[in-house]
Amino acid sequence: MTPLLELRDVTKTFAAGVLGRGRNVALERFSFTVDPDRPRVTAVVGESGSGKTTLARLLLGLVPPTSGQVLFRGQDLHALNAAARTDFRHHVQAIFQDPYEVYNPFYRVDHVLTTPVRKFRLAQSKSEARACIEDALRAVGLQPGEILGRYPHQLSGGQRQRIMVARALLLRPRLIVADEPVSMVDASLRATILGSLRKLHEDLGISILYITHDLATAYQVADSILVLYRAAVAEAGDVEPVVQSPQHPYTQLLIGSIPRVSTVRDWASEPVQGERDSTPAGCRFADRCPSVMPRCRTTVPPLFQTAPNRAAACFLYDSAPALPEGKVAAVLAAEQAKAPCAAV
Amino acid sequence: MSHAAPVLRVDALRVAYAHEHGAVRAVDDVSFTLRPHERFGLAGESGSGKSTMALAILRMIKPPGRIEGGEVWLQDTPLSQLAPEAIRRLRLAGIAMVPQGSMNSLNPVVRIRDQIGDALADHGTKLPRRELAARVRDLLVDVGLPPETADKYPHELSGGMKQRACIAIAICLRPKVIIADEPTSALDVVVQRQVMETLGRVQAELGAAVILVGHDMGLMAQFVDRLGIMYAGRLVEVAPIRDIITAPRHPYTRLLIESLPSLEKKGGLRGIPGLAPLLRDLPPGCAFHPRCPNAEARCRTEKPAVRPIGPDATVACHFA
Amino acid sequence: MLSYLRRNASLLIGIGLLGLIAAFIIIGTFTVDTSNAQPLSVPALQPPSWDYPFGTDRQGRDLLAVMVAGTPLTLWVGFVAGVIGVGVGAILAFTAAYYGGIVDTIIRSIADIGLTIPGLLVLIIIAVSLKGSLTVNQMAIVVASLAWLNPTRTIRSQVLTLRQRGYVEIARLNGMTGPEIILRELMPNLLPYLSATLVTSISGAILASVGLEFLGLGPIDSPTLGMTLYWVQFNAAIINGWWWWWTAPLIMILLVFLGLFFLTVGLDELANPRLRRAA
Repeated sequence: MTPLLELRDVTKTFAAGVLGRGRNVALERFSFTVDPDRPRVTAVVGESGSGKTTLARLLLGLVPPTSGQVLFRGQDLHALNAAARTDFRHHVQAIFQDPYEVYNPFYRVDHVLTTPVRKFRLAQSKSEARACIEDALRAVGLQPGEILGRYPHQLSGGQRQRIMVARALLLRPRLIVADEPVSMVDASLRATILGSLRKLHEDLGISILYITHDLATAYQVADSILVLYRAAVAEAGDVEPVVQSPQHPYTQLLIGSIPRVSTVRDWASEPVQGERDSTPAGCRFADRCPSVMPRCRTTVPPLFQTAPNRAAACFLYDSAPALPEGKVAAVLAAEQAKAPCAAV
Repeated sequence: MSHAAPVLRVDALRVAYAHEHGAVRAVDDVSFTLRPHERFGLAGESGSGKSTMALAILRMIKPPGRIEGGEVWLQDTPLSQLAPEAIRRLRLAGIAMVPQGSMNSLNPVVRIRDQIGDALADHGTKLPRRELAARVRDLLVDVGLPPETADKYPHELSGGMKQRACIAIAICLRPKVIIADEPTSALDVVVQRQVMETLGRVQAELGAAVILVGHDMGLMAQFVDRLGIMYAGRLVEVAPIRDIITAPRHPYTRLLIESLPSLEKKGGLRGIPGLAPLLRDLPPGCAFHPRCPNAEARCRTEKPAVRPIGPDATVACHFA
Repeated sequence: MLSYLRRNASLLIGIGLLGLIAAFIIIGTFTVDTSNAQPLSVPALQPPSWDYPFGTDRQGRDLLAVMVAGTPLTLWVGFVAGVIGVGVGAILAFTAAYYGGIVDTIIRSIADIGLTIPGLLVLIIIAVSLKGSLTVNQMAIVVASLAWLNPTRTIRSQVLTLRQRGYVEIARLNGMTGPEIILRELMPNLLPYLSATLVTSISGAILASVGLEFLGLGPIDSPTLGMTLYWVQFNAAIINGWWWWWTAPLIMILLVFLGLFFLTVGLDELANPRLRRAA
């Protein structure tokens, strides 16, 4: 089955420096697939500079790759004809981080809902469109009467973000790329919004790519996880084992740095080494890694498949087989071993 | 608990903003004390009034905002009685602030050394070049930055380094109180840990007290001694952090703790239903009653008073 | 709206002054005989009196009639040139800013080169080369030929900042095409800025036209404000002590510019919410 969306050995570099002479590698040799038949909620976790936002923009076709290919249903994304392009825009949708910026202040909030209905011909008449929109709003826990007809500045950030989820719902896409959808929303509302996203996945079979720096919400909402560090995948796999027993030293550092709501105060006790500015050959984490070996500084470690459902890019695990061509998708959609005749 | 005299005392502080439809109460009758060496957290979501609170303590509320009433005492000095010049000298020397978004608070065209120098000079400490360099170097070492940072411009530093430079400026006059308003919200988790570790160490060395304003409950849990929870401009609960986590008294606190995603095991995602009220449109009675699972008739009409429930704890609920 | 006007003093003053001028013109058209704005209509060189409130000039024009007839002509030149300038400038600016790349480079370079050439000089050369005498409308076109340069640059900068906004990306995700995004998403947000630019452009055009006319390069038969000043200068009215001749047009020009200036400041504040003073 052709994957819905595929990144094949994609690298994205940006010009940097004063005269654009420097090169900033945002994402390096990244391969990834979204399978339309097996929808998953995948979390992509990384800090700033990890490449996660670039990944989102590549998947949405907002930037072209510097090398490698982005394929939609097997065809190059940047060479699609008009009909295929509309199909792409219909089935690959996004929810962005900033609930303020995504609204055109000139229009009422209805505009973000009526525009896709119109562009993708989701309804045959105005009343049908209205009904569709109201259903979508109700499905995310909003009252149409309180929302429609208002201007963006009259609504709270949480309401605005929920409207964005409703918008994604209207389109019934196959994939939603959610780039930090709740980081600008209050804590008490995050669970509600992420819950709606999870429900979209469970009820409608929509794949979700949840991009965030917040491991805790990623753990709660996702099935699989990818940990990015400085433009490459550090670790990937099912979310439970990766979070509970992280293998890559960076993942261990990341999880250890998260302050927990607990009476055990073990957090800010020892100083930790910060990032250096260098772009070394070899493993990107070598200059901060407590388990660094000489080989780490000269060779880039491939992704070693340490279990059917997880992989880590670290020479500590070089006894495990390396994933062919870094195809991390192999550990992201691994079916759990099911007992025969088990109820699903 | 130490029974030393409080270093900061906030008493019935009220801050309001003029708005076309009437005055909006951003801080409503808030009282708390801060002991020397104590770490006090002020937690709340957006619109709770916590940042206004921080500015009000420093008397930096600008029109259309206005401090309507109440008092802030720094040791024995009531701040409202001080002349503007005296307040200005108090800022940084008595009460210092580490603001949110370090990128915005450092002057982009001035070297770090001169920014610290300016802060010192503004408060009457004009040092000759060599002494200033030594003082700056000591400060940078205190916050864990390499000495060459003194010659750099802000854009040459990373986010975490900039924030630590802000901490250096904040402590250069050895204040008694440091207010940190969301000091790490723009930073990565690993860098956050570094910056908070620095803040904690610096505070202990100075013997200063810290008010940490923020919304990250995990951060509060790991850093503060006592926590105050703000909702709709009121301090709905204050208690030692241990008690807040294990036995929260106010329903909002309880629901808030429950809504936090855990890293221990996967469970349901539980938010607090409803929306935080807009400060200009508060419900009658208890501001939390529309979202409260325990709300009764009394909550809809009567605003609960803040009651002490222990030596260091208060709660504002009819039934807590 | 009214409460906003109370807060935005500049806008109020601007509208007020321009309203005053408009009232003057409208009432004047009905009460004053504008045919007296032509030469040889009334006795010459009369100082202001009940019959001729603004006095008369050397060629026998009733200066009150000249003001009533000429002010709208000057305003018209400014308006036409301003609108053409902003209209052309906006189209070029949106195209350059949205599409970027080579299109942007070409448009930007032409505008930049154009801006370095002294505008008045170009206008003089154009005006001098046109055979025969100019009409008011031709005057407007001459001024308009350079009026689009600055708006192109400034509007382009505004569009560039808007282009990065989240709602433009959402629009792309909705499958909207470039022109659609420009028209439906970007343009409405720029309306306040475009209005402010329009007023500035009109001011500039009036200034340019008055300047050309003063030099004698304007429509010689029309009683515009600039031409009146030309005759003032031609007849050495200042030295000869005919103060009423130059006072009237100068005050009118002053009022027009003050009105437009305050209007620009007021619209600027409207366009940029950050400049708005709190209630």
